[in-house]
Amino acid sequence: MLRACSALACLAAAALATLGPGPVHAADITVHYLKQEVTAPPTLSNLDPVPEDLGIAGVQLGLADNETTGRFLGQSWTLEVVRVPPEGDFDAALTAALAATDLLILDARADRLLAAADRPDAAAALLFNVGAPEPRLRDADCRANVLHILPSRAMLSDALMQFFVTRRWTSLAMIVGSAEPDIALAQAYAESATKFGLSIGARKTWAFDADMRRNASREVPLFTQDLGDYDALLIADAANDFARYIPYNTWRPRPVAGSEGLTPKVWDRVVEAWGAAQLQSRFEDQSNRAMQDRDYAAWAAIRAIGEALTRTGSPEAAALRAYMLGPDFELAGFKGRPLTFRGWNGQLRQPIPLTHRGALVASAPLEGFLHPETELDTLGKDAPESRCTAFEN
Amino acid sequence: MRLSPILTALLLAATPLAVTQAAADEIWVTNEKDDTISVIDINSLEVIRTIPTGERPRGITFSKDYSVVYICASDSDAVQVMDPETGEILHDLPSGEDPEQFVLHPDNRHLYIANEDDAITTVVDTVSRTVVAQIDVGIEPEGMAVSPDGKIAITTSETTNMAHWIDTETQKLFANTLVDSRPRHAEFVKDGTELWVSSEIGGTITVFDVATQTEKAKISFELRNMHPDRVQPVGFEFTTGDTHAFVALGPSNHVAVVNAETYAVEDYILVGRRVWHMDFNRVRSLLFTTNGVSGDVTVIDVADRKALKSIKVGRFPWGAAFRPTN
Repeated sequence: MLRACSALACLAAAALATLGPGPVHAADITVHYLKQEVTAPPTLSNLDPVPEDLGIAGVQLGLADNETTGRFLGQSWTLEVVRVPPEGDFDAALTAALAATDLLILDARADRLLAAADRPDAAAALLFNVGAPEPRLRDADCRANVLHILPSRAMLSDALMQFFVTRRWTSLAMIVGSAEPDIALAQAYAESATKFGLSIGARKTWAFDADMRRNASREVPLFTQDLGDYDALLIADAANDFARYIPYNTWRPRPVAGSEGLTPKVWDRVVEAWGAAQLQSRFEDQSNRAMQDRDYAAWAAIRAIGEALTRTGSPEAAALRAYMLGPDFELAGFKGRPLTFRGWNGQLRQPIPLTHRGALVASAPLEGFLHPETELDTLGKDAPESRCTAFEN
Repeated sequence: MRLSPILTALLLAATPLAVTQAAADEIWVTNEKDDTISVIDINSLEVIRTIPTGERPRGITFSKDYSVVYICASDSDAVQVMDPETGEILHDLPSGEDPEQFVLHPDNRHLYIANEDDAITTVVDTVSRTVVAQIDVGIEPEGMAVSPDGKIAITTSETTNMAHWIDTETQKLFANTLVDSRPRHAEFVKDGTELWVSSEIGGTITVFDVATQTEKAKISFELRNMHPDRVQPVGFEFTTGDTHAFVALGPSNHVAVVNAETYAVEDYILVGRRVWHMDFNRVRSLLFTTNGVSGDVTVIDVADRKALKSIKVGRFPWGAAFRPTN
């Protein structure tokens, strides 16, 4: 029950007490944030444009949080934000960034992330993935120098399936878009459904090119008529091109989930508990918009670095990585419990809010999904099934 | 009178002379999502009044003579001053933005207020109704304490994870000490020789030696059948003589009893859901805890360490303050 303070903490406290709030041991830390911009696919509705500063606003807020702490500890923070245009030279941007720092936050596609991690000049670096949700990056394709702040697609789809199990909505149907990310999303739903003993019966591909704002009410009932009976309808539409037109237009009166309706999120403006209201209002004040998934991931990435720097006093990638993967690291992420890293694949453990456009519905892991270590590991692939070996010492 | 025989016996045993005096003492509870205060009659253990406040009331404290009550109306960006007799708001104090918690200096005049959204501690003179000082602290300041001699004020910052030590003479920081994640509440104990700070996400209480501002102990909590992530210490208060601390453990729905000499946890008491803060009756024989999610107050028998009763209050009760009525 009683724990003596660590040598470092005692030392720091003693030093501060005598020196006051000024610098104690100056730690200069430089982080680069690289965003490979993508051309968003066209969508039927432009009600929810992708913010120009998506992710960047998050990392900037996290920097401000870190700087406030750093002021009391003599830390000096430098953040470089680099945007690479869709056809730009990401590799050249990486070369420049790695020449300046070992700490990189990357918002990039999976193949680019892997290529970055495998560069010789990144061998001693620490990369934070805030843009690629592919489960394979946390599994067979994991890398020892990559930590994943963004949850995997599987963590999100597992969260949704836990909710269905809790509500006993065991029989599902699914509509899948035709883009590559839609198919990947559908695969995640299918795998999670199997994991939690649910069945996806009828499955249809959305291939319309009509403008649904005018005729959703006419087309969707017919389109969903032959799905048969089911408890809930999953929509796999990563860009939310057509998903928003499905609710209330289905042939049978059934709830809609996935890309529309009940949606698993990394973060959402409707999350308010556990002090989240404060984070939301700090973000709103800074950026005049609501905080989104990638903003949260970028915020959490730089906050994780800040937390590890504060506790270790070292800006070195190796020391930060060791601390983050160790037993003492914990990030207060406004999700109701401390966030920690999975030691076997570098994924940040985190609760997944299940929301609709107006409110939080539930937060996964849901009650009753048990785990010998932490219920958070009921989301996504767990250690015994993991094919990641890069983290074994 | 609807007291159980046990409770009546207890009250009589604990306060043989004060029982008639204490007959109408009250516990005032702020209801964060109802914008009200529920007033509990300590004798009948029932809500006898519900008083409207500003938006999102959280911290609540009475002046030393109990003539006024101060309420942090966080979303109204004001500290409200209320006449406890009439429930009338007398005036607002300039508080800075989003005041969450505060503490009244022993001089009964200066309020030290944590401005959660602004990373600032505001010092307000309640007589002249002016801001005396604003002190930059860490992100999301919350826990506030003043030493019994009035010389040191403490602000804890939830995201910066520090206790900030303020010299009340100069209104400047003289030390900043790290604690575990998300510090929520601070109290000076044992005549101001120790400072206790609870860390909600860290799951610990750090005990500082005040003279040197160094950590002298860390208390952690273990509940059977409860994952450590859910054991989140927030508010705490001390029994007579500072012998034991009662610590609210948030979403684990328990209050821990800590021996303040050995720092050992002696007991856990089941209360309502997401327990936040608490206060005692006059003789500290009964403890009243606010349970945010279940919307009630649990009454704990301090000697027996058992919950006696739940009292339904408003939505998301947060702060609690004792008010003697004579």
